[in-house]
Amino acid sequence: MRSSFLRSFRIFFSALIFLCFFVVFADFKYLIPSKYINILLSLQFVPSVLKFCDLGTIAAAGFAAVIILTLITGRTYCSFLCPLGIVQDISSRIGGRIKKKFRRYGYKKPFTILRYSILALTVAVSLLWGIYFLTLLDPYSIFGRTVTFFIKPVVIVVNNFFAWILGKFDNYSLNHITISGFRLLAYSLPAAFMLLFGLLSLMKGRLYCNMICPVGTLLGLVSKVSLVRIKFDESKCTKCGRCSVGCKSSCIDFLQQKIDVSRCVDCYNCIKICPDKALSYGLVRLKKKEHQTDPDKRKFVAGALAMIFGLPGLLKGQDKTAPVPQKPSTVPENRTSPVCPPGAVSIEDLKKDCTACSLCITSCPNGVLKPALLQYGIDGIMLPVMDYHKSFCTYNCTKCTEVCPTYALSPLLIEAKKLTQLGKANFIKDNCIVKTEKTACGACSESCPTKAVYMIPYEGNLLIPETNVDICIGCGHCEFACPTKPYKAIFVDGNPVHLAAQKPVEEKSEIKTPVEFPF
Amino acid sequence: MRRRDFLKKSAGAGLAAGAIFNTGRLGSFGTSFAGREKYDMVAIMGGNPDAMFDLGIQELGGIGAFVQKGQKVVIKPNIGWDVIPELAANTNPLLVKRIIEHCIRAGAKDVYVFDHTIDNGINCYKNSGIEKAAKSAGAKVVPANTENYFQEVEIPGGIKLKKTKVHELLLEADVFINVPVLKDHNSTRMTCCLKNMMGVVWDRGYWHANNLNQCIVDYALFHKKPALNIIDCYNVMVKHGPQGVSKADVVQMKSQIITTDWVAGDTAASKMLGVETSRIEYIPMAHKLGLGNMDIDSLNIKRIKM
Repeated sequence: MRSSFLRSFRIFFSALIFLCFFVVFADFKYLIPSKYINILLSLQFVPSVLKFCDLGTIAAAGFAAVIILTLITGRTYCSFLCPLGIVQDISSRIGGRIKKKFRRYGYKKPFTILRYSILALTVAVSLLWGIYFLTLLDPYSIFGRTVTFFIKPVVIVVNNFFAWILGKFDNYSLNHITISGFRLLAYSLPAAFMLLFGLLSLMKGRLYCNMICPVGTLLGLVSKVSLVRIKFDESKCTKCGRCSVGCKSSCIDFLQQKIDVSRCVDCYNCIKICPDKALSYGLVRLKKKEHQTDPDKRKFVAGALAMIFGLPGLLKGQDKTAPVPQKPSTVPENRTSPVCPPGAVSIEDLKKDCTACSLCITSCPNGVLKPALLQYGIDGIMLPVMDYHKSFCTYNCTKCTEVCPTYALSPLLIEAKKLTQLGKANFIKDNCIVKTEKTACGACSESCPTKAVYMIPYEGNLLIPETNVDICIGCGHCEFACPTKPYKAIFVDGNPVHLAAQKPVEEKSEIKTPVEFPF
Repeated sequence: MRRRDFLKKSAGAGLAAGAIFNTGRLGSFGTSFAGREKYDMVAIMGGNPDAMFDLGIQELGGIGAFVQKGQKVVIKPNIGWDVIPELAANTNPLLVKRIIEHCIRAGAKDVYVFDHTIDNGINCYKNSGIEKAAKSAGAKVVPANTENYFQEVEIPGGIKLKKTKVHELLLEADVFINVPVLKDHNSTRMTCCLKNMMGVVWDRGYWHANNLNQCIVDYALFHKKPALNIIDCYNVMVKHGPQGVSKADVVQMKSQIITTDWVAGDTAASKMLGVETSRIEYIPMAHKLGLGNMDIDSLNIKRIKM
């Protein structure tokens, strides 16, 4: 095919995909049903591989479809389906506007050693130890983090502006939304990657995809045997070189009339540019080809990435708007484990499957999920962790388990979620308002959905909390509601492995339906 | 943009539906009440929440005795919890709807409904059924989930609560109608009229940390008092309040109390719940300050059984 329609179709399709991904990650109203999110994410390569490893069912094998697609059409995934790839296309287009030079690419030699080293390292580390490199480098997850950390707040600011304007006109159809940020250090990794792929794409087109991205490199390998690809009609080509200048993958060597198919992302720009119609997208003719060797086993590079890890823990900051009781609480909370989200089963399991795409973090209607710093240890950086200082886990919500594309958070039925114990409430009587101030409070027990925190008689007319950890599910509402500072009088200590909570006992009340007014 | 259009349309449709509904059912309520006895409190038993209200408000001279043409009305139900109506942690949506219909019939310019919820605000509004019911009756359901909707006010005479942030619409309203649901409460023993005010302020945690009972009474000193308190006792959470765990916590009492005196309302409610009134500390405290009358035997109460 020689038609410039190919390129238009690519732009239209990718714009649509980009829009979908953008909406999913920036959806601060939580309007998109999980099933549509699941369909959209089913073809994302790395999440699908991890989900398949977890479930082993064909339904989870979106990555196989991607490989088949690549075998037939080359790296169309990178141009049509990868949200990070599409973002880079947008960015390099902007780059061209800023400086014409940025859009004049020309043929470059591939970074063969670097890219195959990163791929090999990623695969090896994932197989031998854990998916740390995937977490860092999965393009979908990088996209997710970028939108969640940097774009969504902007969207909310815009919403709040309009909510404010409408409110002035007595129209309350838009809600003001509080932007609940993360701890400052949590921004460093997403910021580093946003800068990296942002600047590279601004100036060098798809260099990130062809130098660093392990998915790009892997699909590049596969596409070396793809059936349909861009090819030269040697008789028509006048070697004007425009295709090469316009190729954002820098993979067209027009002098030799060769295209490095492992780097070509099938953007079809060259087909449109070529004045002689010498380039076309079609079935490859079988002929002998010689290849440069691919040294797969040079594990040497990628050490620089480790420096991002050298982050110290931060003191936990409490909400500034929280009230201050007369006397500060004195007993520190003795936390032995962080609380990992529902469906994770255990911290170890979470580490095995989570690529920190932050979809659960951005989807949580209560904003209780935050990216971890060192709570899970260095190998759990950026993974979702429950932060009960800012919020709590809604009793009848399973959103995070519904959207997770890797099954790191496996789907929980609502009934199962209500009996999944993420952690246990610990009551510190010496911090409690009822004891220190001798006044009524009960904020913790009031919030408890199972009444694992209940009130028993105390001095005089007062009631004081007591816990029944058998029915506690560790939702953290008690901890969130507790007004003591600086230490809470009740806190949830995580279960490193989730346990089953007992069902709250239902007892009919002895109070009967009245037949006469009691007054 | 599309969302906003949709909301506009649905609000419009709701208004239309409400209007049709109104003409059918509320024909009788505008009757004259000249010469009728003046009651301090009306208690109704045995009907549905909306029917009980229709009957009860007539005895107080109809809603027109409280709401004038062109006024802004704020209705404050309890929407604190993300649970379904049957669990009775929130005010009955049918009752809220009917009150709005009465107000609009009486010529209210705008009727607003809000609550600063404890659970996630959007879910509470939705799952309580109140958002839908209120919108269908023609009210504006207003968010109260972020601090910017609240303005700081002083409370003259407050002992613990000297300043607090109150929802801006409460301050703007001409008429304020308090629609609590009667419930057991884990630390104050009962939540009803006075305690329902925790949902019009922003910093509820401060109350908990600074003598909850005192703060409840302090707030009652604030000048913007409810013109009417309509207590939903249709389904009553008699234990595990104020959130509840299951339907086992709920007793169907099929009752309603309408009163202008919220201390009297709380006293009557405590008797419905079977709790000794003096044990609910804020009631005698409020009585002493003259915020209402807990000696309800001295009041003129109309009791209606349906």
